[in-house]
Amino acid sequence: MNSEDTASATPRMSVTLTVNGKDEHLTIDPRVTLLDALRDHLGLTGTKKGCDHGQCGACTVHVNGRRINSCLTLAVMHEGEDVTTIEGLGTPEHMHALQQAFVERDAFQCGYCTPGQICSAAAVIEEIEAGIPSHVTPDLGDVQFSDEEVRERMSGNLCRCAAYPNIIAAIRDVREGGKA
Amino acid sequence: MLFDKPSPPNPADQGKIFGKPHPRIDGPKKVTGTAPYAYEYKLAEDNAVYGFLLGSSIAKGRIASIDASLAEKAPGVLLVLTHENAPKHKPENSRAAPQLQGPEIKQYEQAIAFVVAETFEEARAAARLIRVTYRTEDGAFVLADEKDKGKPTKTAPDTATGNFDKAFAEAEVKVDVTYTTPDQSQSMMEPHASMAVWEGGKLTVYTSHQVLHWAHAGIADTLGLDEDKVRVVSAYIGGGFGSKLEVYSDPILSSMAAIKLGRPVKTALTRPQIYNHTTHRPATIQHIQLGADRDGRLTAVGHRTWSGDQEGGEPETASEQTKLLYGGENRRVETRLTVLDLPKGGSMRAPGEAVGMLALECAMDELAEALGMDPVDLRIVNDVQYDPEKGPERPFSSRKFVECLKTGAETFGWSARKSKPGSVRDGDWLVGMGVASAFRKNIVQESGARVRLMPDGHLVIETQQTDIGTGSYTMLGMIGAEMLGLPLDAVDVRLGDTDFPKASGSGGSWGANSAGSGVYYACEALRKELARKAGFNAESVSFSDGRIISGGNAVALTDIVRTGAVEASDKAEFGDLTEKYAQASFGAHFAEVAVHAFTAEIRVRRMLSVCAAGRIFNPVTARSQCLGGMTMGIGAALMEECVVDPRYGYFVNHDLAEYQVPVHADIPDLDVIFLDELDDQSSPLRGKGVGELGICGVGASVANAVYNACGVRVRDYPVTLDKIIGRFDL
Repeated sequence: MNSEDTASATPRMSVTLTVNGKDEHLTIDPRVTLLDALRDHLGLTGTKKGCDHGQCGACTVHVNGRRINSCLTLAVMHEGEDVTTIEGLGTPEHMHALQQAFVERDAFQCGYCTPGQICSAAAVIEEIEAGIPSHVTPDLGDVQFSDEEVRERMSGNLCRCAAYPNIIAAIRDVREGGKA
Repeated sequence: MLFDKPSPPNPADQGKIFGKPHPRIDGPKKVTGTAPYAYEYKLAEDNAVYGFLLGSSIAKGRIASIDASLAEKAPGVLLVLTHENAPKHKPENSRAAPQLQGPEIKQYEQAIAFVVAETFEEARAAARLIRVTYRTEDGAFVLADEKDKGKPTKTAPDTATGNFDKAFAEAEVKVDVTYTTPDQSQSMMEPHASMAVWEGGKLTVYTSHQVLHWAHAGIADTLGLDEDKVRVVSAYIGGGFGSKLEVYSDPILSSMAAIKLGRPVKTALTRPQIYNHTTHRPATIQHIQLGADRDGRLTAVGHRTWSGDQEGGEPETASEQTKLLYGGENRRVETRLTVLDLPKGGSMRAPGEAVGMLALECAMDELAEALGMDPVDLRIVNDVQYDPEKGPERPFSSRKFVECLKTGAETFGWSARKSKPGSVRDGDWLVGMGVASAFRKNIVQESGARVRLMPDGHLVIETQQTDIGTGSYTMLGMIGAEMLGLPLDAVDVRLGDTDFPKASGSGGSWGANSAGSGVYYACEALRKELARKAGFNAESVSFSDGRIISGGNAVALTDIVRTGAVEASDKAEFGDLTEKYAQASFGAHFAEVAVHAFTAEIRVRRMLSVCAAGRIFNPVTARSQCLGGMTMGIGAALMEECVVDPRYGYFVNHDLAEYQVPVHADIPDLDVIFLDELDDQSSPLRGKGVGELGICGVGASVANAVYNACGVRVRDYPVTLDKIIGRFDL
C-alpha cells in the first residue's frame, strides 16, 4: 500500500498553538494529544510521556497560565492558546530559577519526570500566591506557603527515583529567594 | 588491569575532587528537557515511523487464529507483523527473547503482533483491528498453591552449618514465623522505548537499557547480525531499577520492521503494557526460625524462601543475606523455586535482600521482643566480622555495622522509644519507632574506558557505562579530573554507546565502583603516556592545575598535546578478592511512624539511614540514591503490590494509578549519614555499592515502627490499613 494514499485517508484538522511564544500551525490527526503534538510534531521532547493516562505528571505543561497534563487533552482543543513547555522556561545556558535550584539541590536523578516537576512547581508557587487553597490548607481564607502545601500540590508528579525531599527544598529555595 | 591485591595508596586518594560533593554535570540538560532519551532522537532525515505492540490477552495457551487483514488495510499502516509472517530468529539467548516466532503463549501481554504506521495514532488504532482467537490452557499463578513443588537452585544453593534442628529445638528463646512479600513493579518513569535505524547494512538501536553489552549481544544474536553491524545507544535512561536489564520486544520488533521497511521505527511500551509484558520482582513466602540464648546471642538461624518464575527462570534470592548478616553456629539457609505462568520474574532494586530483609529484620524485631531486649542491642550482640558459614578465614573486607547502629540510635533519639507497643500517643495518632539493619552484597564487574587528552587541554572519557540516574556522568568525570589534575568542567564524559569500550553497566550497585575503576585504570595509562612524552619517570609524577610535575619540573599538559591528542584505554578486571573476603555494604535504618487511632492511616514521620559503603564517590548523588532507596522501601512496606488475578494469570493493577508508589505527600524529609570508610579490598577506588543499600531493610524498619505504634504485627506485605484497623486498642 502506498503510504501517501493511506496518509490522506486519515482525516486531519488544522490548529494553531502559541508554543513558548511562537505560533505553530499544525495539520494533524484529531486524535493527537497535546503531548504528542509537542513531542512528535514540534520536536519539543522536553515534555515527557510517562504514562499517557494522567497518572504520573511527567507531561505537565502550562496552557494559558495553568498547569495541565498534556496527555489528557487533544491538541486540536487548544486553538489559539498559549502553551509553555520546559523548553520555554529556560535553556542549559540560561536556566530558570527553578531549573537552577533543581540542579543545586540534586532534585532529580534519571531526569525523566523532571520537566513535569519543574513546570508543576512553577505553577504551584503561583497558585499559593494567588490564595488558591488545597486539601491540606488549615484556613481556606489564608493560604500560606509551607512544605506541606507544596508536597500536597506536587503529589500529581511522580518521581520513582524519589528526589522528593530535594524537590521540596528546591521549590523552597526559589520561593525564599523570590526568584520564581 | 587486574585488581587482585589490596589497593596501595594511589592518585585517586588525593581528595581534591573525587569524593567531594558536586552537582550533576548532566543536570542542566536534564532540567531543561534537552537530554535525549531513547524515543527522542532527532535524525537528520525526519522519516521515522511508529510501532505499536499488541499483547496477548491470555497467560498460557496458543493462538488459534490471527487475522490482520483489517489492520493491514487501515489508514497509514505500513507493516503488520505476526508469527505468521515475521522473519525467523535464532532461539532464545541469555540476553534477549525472539519475538513472534510461533503461536505459543507463555505470558499475558506477550507480543503477538506489531503494527507500524506513519503515525502513532494510526498504528495504535490499527492494532485494535487485529482479530485473535486463542486456545487457552490452565496455568499456575498462585505461589502459595505451587510452593511445595519448589526445587533447590544453583543460583542460591542451600547451605547448612552445625546442627540447626537440634539448636533450634533447644534454644532458650525463639521465633518461628512466616512472612510474605507480593510481586512488585520497578515502575521507572520512562517507559521502555526503542528507535531502530537500518542504514547501509548497519543497525543502530537507541534504546533504554542498563547494561549495553548485554543489549548489544542480545539484539545482534536474536536478529542474526554480527555484533559489529549493530550499535546500541542509551545515553540517557529514565530510570531502570532492574527492569531495563532485559531486552524486551521493543528493540527487537522495531529492528525487524526497520530492516524490512528501510525507515527508522520507534516504539514505546504503553504504561499498562509494562506491568505484564516486562519483568517484575517475584513474590516470596519466607519461613524464618531464629533461636537465641537469654543474652540474645543467636544459636540457630534458619531461613527458607519460596518464589516462582516461568520454566527455566530464576529464584528471588531472599534468603541469601541470612548467610552473612548475623553470627550463630547452627545455620540453615534454603531457597526453593517453583514454576508459575505469571509474567517473567526479574531484577528489581536489590534483588534478594530488598525483600529478604523485609522478613528477616521483622523476625529480629520479634526476637528482641521475645527476649525483652532492645532491638538495636540484639543486632549489636550478633555482629560478626567474618563470614559466619566459612569462619574467621573469610573476614569481611570492611564492616562498620555496629557503628551504623550506634550512630543512628544516637542521632535519631532512639532512647526515647518505648518498648511496649501503643505507649505513645500524639492527639489522634499512635506513634512508634522501628529499626532495621541494612545489608547489600558488594559486586564488581569487568569494565573498560577510553580517555583522551585533547589539544585544547580538555579530557574526553568514553565508556559504555550507563547513567540511569545514579550519577555516573558526574562520578566518572570527577575521577578523570582527579587523576589528570584538571577542573571538572574540563572533562567531557560520553556514556551509553557501544562504539565505546565495554563497561559494567548499571545494576546490582556495581556501576560506580566497577566503571569508575575502568576509568581509573585508563587514566593511569594516560598518565604514563603523558609522563613519557614529557620526558619524566612515570613513577614519580603528579598531576595538578593542568600540569604534569616531576621533582621541581613542571610541564603544562597543553604543551604535550599541542601536536595531537593523546589517548589511552584500559579496563578493570577483578580477581578473587571477593572470594577471599566477604564483601558487603552495611547500614541501619530508623523510622518513626504514626498510625491514626480511628482510621488506621499510616504515615511515616521521619526516617534516618546510616550507611557504611566504602568511599562515597560523590556525597550529593550517593545521598540521592539513598533517598530513592528509602522511598522505595517505604513503598514496599506500605503500598506496593502487583495483584494477581488467579483466574487469568495477570497483574490486575497495571498502571501508575493502581500500582501505588510513594508520592510527594507520602515522604517527609529523610536523613542520610555516611560513615567514613575505605575498603582496600573492593577496588582501587575503595568504594562499595550504595544504590541498593538504601532500600535493604527500610520496609522492615517501617513495619517494626507500625508494630511499636499500635501493637499489630503484619506478616503479609504491604502493611495496609485494612490489615491493622480494628486490631489495636484505642
